[in-house]
Amino acid sequence: MNTSFLKISNGQAILREAIPHLPFDVFREKAIALVADNGKVVQFFAYPDGDKLKMLAVLRNESLFVAGCDAPAVYPSLTLDAEPFHLFEREMAEQYGLIPQGHPWLKMVRYHKNCQNTPDVFGNSYDQDIPGNYPYYSVTGPEIHEVAVGPVHAGVIEPGHFRFNCIGERVLHLEIQLGYQHRGVETLMVNSEPKRLPVIAEGIAGDTAVGNSLCLSQALEALMSIKPDFGAHIIRTIGLELERIANHVGDLGALSGDVAFLPPANYFGRMRGDFLNLSLLLCGNRFGKGLVRPGGTQFSLPDDLRRTMNERMGELRTQVKHVIDLLFTTSSVQSRFERCGVVSKADADKLGLVGPAGRACGLSYDVRRCFPTEHYSRLDIPENAKNTGDVYARATVRAEEVLQSITIIHSLLNGPIQTQCVEARQEYALAPSSFVVTLNEAWRGELSHALLTDETGNIVRYKVKDPSFHNWNGLAMSLRDTGISDFPLNNKSFNLSYCGHDL
Amino acid sequence: MMIKPLILYVLAMLSAPFFSAVILKVKAFFGGKKGPPLLINYYTLIKLFKKGAVYSTSTTLIFKLGPMVSLCAALTVLLFLPMGGYPSVLSFNGDVIFIFYLLGLGRFFTIAAAMDTASPFEGMGAAREAYFPIICEATMFMILVLLYKLTQDLQLNAYFSGAQPAGLWSIAGSPMFFVLIALFIILLTENSRVPVDDPATHLELTMIHEVMVLDHSGPDLAFIELGSFYKLFFYSSLVARLVFPFKPGHFMLNIGQFTLVLFMVYVAVGVIESVMARYRMDKVPKFVLTSFVLAFFATIITLEFIR
Repeated sequence: MNTSFLKISNGQAILREAIPHLPFDVFREKAIALVADNGKVVQFFAYPDGDKLKMLAVLRNESLFVAGCDAPAVYPSLTLDAEPFHLFEREMAEQYGLIPQGHPWLKMVRYHKNCQNTPDVFGNSYDQDIPGNYPYYSVTGPEIHEVAVGPVHAGVIEPGHFRFNCIGERVLHLEIQLGYQHRGVETLMVNSEPKRLPVIAEGIAGDTAVGNSLCLSQALEALMSIKPDFGAHIIRTIGLELERIANHVGDLGALSGDVAFLPPANYFGRMRGDFLNLSLLLCGNRFGKGLVRPGGTQFSLPDDLRRTMNERMGELRTQVKHVIDLLFTTSSVQSRFERCGVVSKADADKLGLVGPAGRACGLSYDVRRCFPTEHYSRLDIPENAKNTGDVYARATVRAEEVLQSITIIHSLLNGPIQTQCVEARQEYALAPSSFVVTLNEAWRGELSHALLTDETGNIVRYKVKDPSFHNWNGLAMSLRDTGISDFPLNNKSFNLSYCGHDL
Repeated sequence: MMIKPLILYVLAMLSAPFFSAVILKVKAFFGGKKGPPLLINYYTLIKLFKKGAVYSTSTTLIFKLGPMVSLCAALTVLLFLPMGGYPSVLSFNGDVIFIFYLLGLGRFFTIAAAMDTASPFEGMGAAREAYFPIICEATMFMILVLLYKLTQDLQLNAYFSGAQPAGLWSIAGSPMFFVLIALFIILLTENSRVPVDDPATHLELTMIHEVMVLDHSGPDLAFIELGSFYKLFFYSSLVARLVFPFKPGHFMLNIGQFTLVLFMVYVAVGVIESVMARYRMDKVPKFVLTSFVLAFFATIITLEFIR
C-alpha cells in the first residue's frame, strides 16, 4: 500500500484506484510536510464516494502530487500547521459540513447550504437570501471607525462586500465577504448534459472564458484519450494569450484612471477593444467563447487571417509600448504606485498567491513554465518575478506580460497553422473510475479544474478553482496599514474575479 | 459708475458653468476624445432642476439647508469680486475677511449636511474637506498680510481693481509671483481639482468633495454644482487678474482681454489635470503647505523691502 502522495502530471488521467488512499493522520502529516517543503495547494476538496465522504488534495512544488483519505466529520485543521489550506477548509466545511477543528477563522465562504443536508457548520438557516449570520473581525477603540462598501457598488461591477476597520485614514484591516454571485457551478457541471459542459465552463467567469474552457477541454480530452492536433494547440495558445493581453491592457488603463491620469486610461481602453476584436476575428466572439472545444478548436486560422492578425499585432505593439512608457515614466504616477499596498513575500507565500499578484511579490510560479500544456512547452516564458510586492510591481508584471504575450503571438503567427476543426460534441465517453486535474495560467494566475468519474463514466465531482480563490486574501493583506483612499487602486491592481470565486 | 460692475456680476453668474466645461474639453483633448459639448453644464443644471429630490429618512433640515447656504455664500462672494479691473458691486473696509469666512460658512454647511446623512463615506469626506482648507486658510491670510502690508488696505478692490495689481507687481514683483503660485494651489485645493482631488472619479473611498454630496439629488445637487462653478470662477478671476494686471481703456476691450485670460486659467487647470496623476491622500497636505510656505516667504521678503 502506498503511504505517500503520488506524483502526477498536469492533464493526465489516472485511475481512481491509483490515487493513494491514506489514513487521515498520515494524509494530514504528509500534506503538511509537502507544503512545508515549498509546496502549495492546487486543489483540496471533498467528494462523495458511494455513501462515504472522501477528501482529495492536489499539491504542487516542482511536481504535482495527489492523495486522498476518508473524510472525518470532525478533524484537526491542517491550517494550523500549513496556512495555504485556510480557505479550502472553509470551503469544505460549507460544501460538505466537515469541521476543521482549531481552524483560526472558520467562516462561511459563499453563504449556501451544504450538499449533505447535515446541520450547517456556521449555524445559518438560509431562509433569508441576505444578510448572512457571520462574524467579522472587529477592532474597538474610541477612534476606530468601520466603513462598509458594497455589495452594490458605484459602477457596473460585480457584487462583493468590503468592510474596513480604520483609524482615521489608515486601514487596520479589510475583510472581504463574497458569495453574492454563487450560481452552483460545480453541481451544475455534474448534473448537466455533457454537451453543455463547454458552454457552462465558458460562463464560469466571463473574462476568463478561454482559460476555463481550456481547463475543461484538456480534462475531457484526457478522459477520452483524444489528442488535439499540433495546429489546435497553437490556436488555443493564441486564444489564451489574447485573453491575457486584453485583460492586462484594460487593467493598466483602469489603474491609470484610478490615479486620475487620463491619457493612458483612454488609450488603453481603446486598445483593449482592439485586442478583443482580434479574438473576434479568430472565433467570432470578443471574449473567445466558442474557440476551444474538447478535441481541438472550432475555428481554424487560414493564412490570410493569420497575416491580418500579425499585421494588427505589429501596429498595436508599438502603440502599447508607447503608452506603457507614458504611464511608467510619469513621476506623479510612480509616486502613487510605489510602496502602495505592499504584500510581503512571506505573506504571499503563506496565502499562496498566484499569477501576476504572486509574481509581484517574488513568487515566480507560472503554470506556463512549471506545468506547461498546449504549445507552452515549446515557448520560452520569462520569470517576471518582482520583489517589492506593491502596486507598482503588480502593474509592471502586467505590462511586461503584455509585451511578452504579443511577442509570443507574433512568433506563433509566423508560420502556417493547420488544424482539423472539431464540431460540438453531443456525447462524451469518459473513462470510468478516473481522475484528472488540469492547470492553466489564465490571466489572473493558476486556474485549475479537477474531475472524478464513477464506474460508468459519469462525472461525480467537478471542482473548479479560480486564481482569485487564492488572491482575495492577498488584497486584504495589501490594505493593512494603507490609506483607505488607496483601496480602489489596490483593488484594481489585483482585479480579482467575483464570479470565479463564487462559482 | 455702478452699472459696469453689475453687468459684470450678471455675466459672471451666467458664464461660470461655461468656463468649467472648458476644463472638461481640455481633458478630453489630452485623452484623445471629443469630449462633452461646451454647454454641458447648462444641460446638466436644467436636467437637475427638472428633477425632484430624494431625501433619506435619517436626514434633517440641515441636509436641505446645506446646498442652499453654499450656493448663497458663493453668490454673495461674487458680489465682492472685482472683475477685469472694475470695482466689485459691494465693498467695505475689511471685506476680504468677510469673503473668506463666507466661503467657510458655505463649506461648514456642506460638511454639516454630509455628517447629517450618517454615512461613513460622507463622514470621511467631511473630515478631509475640513482638514485641507485649514492649510488654505493659513495661506490665504498670509497673502492678505502681504497685500495689506503693500497697500495698507483690507479690501479686494484695493488689490485687484483699477491700477492694481499692476502697481503691486511693480513694487514687489517677486513676492507677487509667489502669491500667484500660492493662489493657484489654493484654487486647485479649494475647488477639488487634480492633483488634490479627482472630480471625475466614481470611487467613493478616494473622493474628498464629491463624496459629501453623494446623497444630494435633483435641485439640491444643482445648487451645489452651481455653487462650485461660482467658487471656481471666484478664484480663477483672482488668478487671471494677477496674471494680466493691466486695464485697457475701452470697456469691451477690457472685458475681452479679461475673458481671454480667465479662459487661459481654466485651460491651465485642465492641462494640469491631464498631465499628472493626483497625489496620494497623505501627500496632499504637503502640497497645500507649499502654498503657505510661498506666501510666508513672500511676506518675509516684503518686510525686508519696506524696512
